[in-house]
Amino acid sequence: MVQYTQDHFNASFAALSDVTRRGVLEQLARSNASITELAEKFAMTLTGMKKHVGVLEQAGLVTTEKIGRVRTCKLGVCRLEEEAAWIERYRQLWDARFDELDQVVEELKRKEKIDGRKKRK
Amino acid sequence: MDARRESERRTTVERKSERETVVTRTFNAPARIVFEAWTRPELFKRWWVPKSMGMSLTSCEMDVRVGGRYRLEFNYQGSTSAFFGTYKEVIPHERLVWTNEESAEGSITTVTFEEKAGKTLLVMHELFPSKEALEAAGGAADAMDETFGQLDELLATAHGSAVWHL
Repeated sequence: MVQYTQDHFNASFAALSDVTRRGVLEQLARSNASITELAEKFAMTLTGMKKHVGVLEQAGLVTTEKIGRVRTCKLGVCRLEEEAAWIERYRQLWDARFDELDQVVEELKRKEKIDGRKKRK
Repeated sequence: MDARRESERRTTVERKSERETVVTRTFNAPARIVFEAWTRPELFKRWWVPKSMGMSLTSCEMDVRVGGRYRLEFNYQGSTSAFFGTYKEVIPHERLVWTNEESAEGSITTVTFEEKAGKTLLVMHELFPSKEALEAAGGAADAMDETFGQLDELLATAHGSAVWHL
């Protein structure tokens, strides 16, 4: 089981705990949208929507890009997934190394035993 | 019994913070033996590059003392790369700290060996200079994966990780 740091969970859970933000994610899953469009869709002020998008962006769930005067929002690559893949790749490398290290260690133990017996003789 | 042994030998990885990773593993041997396998080049080179990586370690020099240097050279499909650094702390059978100097954004690696009832808990901690350095290292691994796309996935993954983590 991959272990995450508490901070990452907290950021994602906080982002998803709000009904508007979940709605924004659903909306962006259908198509990209500007902050203005999202604000209209959710009957909200521009400032209010900016705050929500900011929280989602912080959690890595949404990315935004400003072209001219329009800031377009789209779904981000899920940071948790990305991080899980990163950790798994790292773990596999070390796991493979340590399996081979086990063999070296077993051999050293056997050798130490034999040497110990020789010394006692 | 076997199940218990399996879980004990499990390699765990935790991203401790934005710029740190921690790997743990228990070995069924006293600390002096595990430490030996990490500090004698002829033993170290037998396990540091798992066979599944498809790389070979062509040279391994280790001067394991404070201020001493190490240098590992690899060959992969005809091209050579080197990894090197300096030992910052050496406490026999207990603790090793070294730098990774092949890149300006290299990590500092700390390995501790804790012996308990004849077994050794190994904890390997890596500290990167920044969050970006840790993630860039991951990005480099992805780039390597693409370069060697012909290799089957596992091999490419192991290799890519190896390149930035030796």
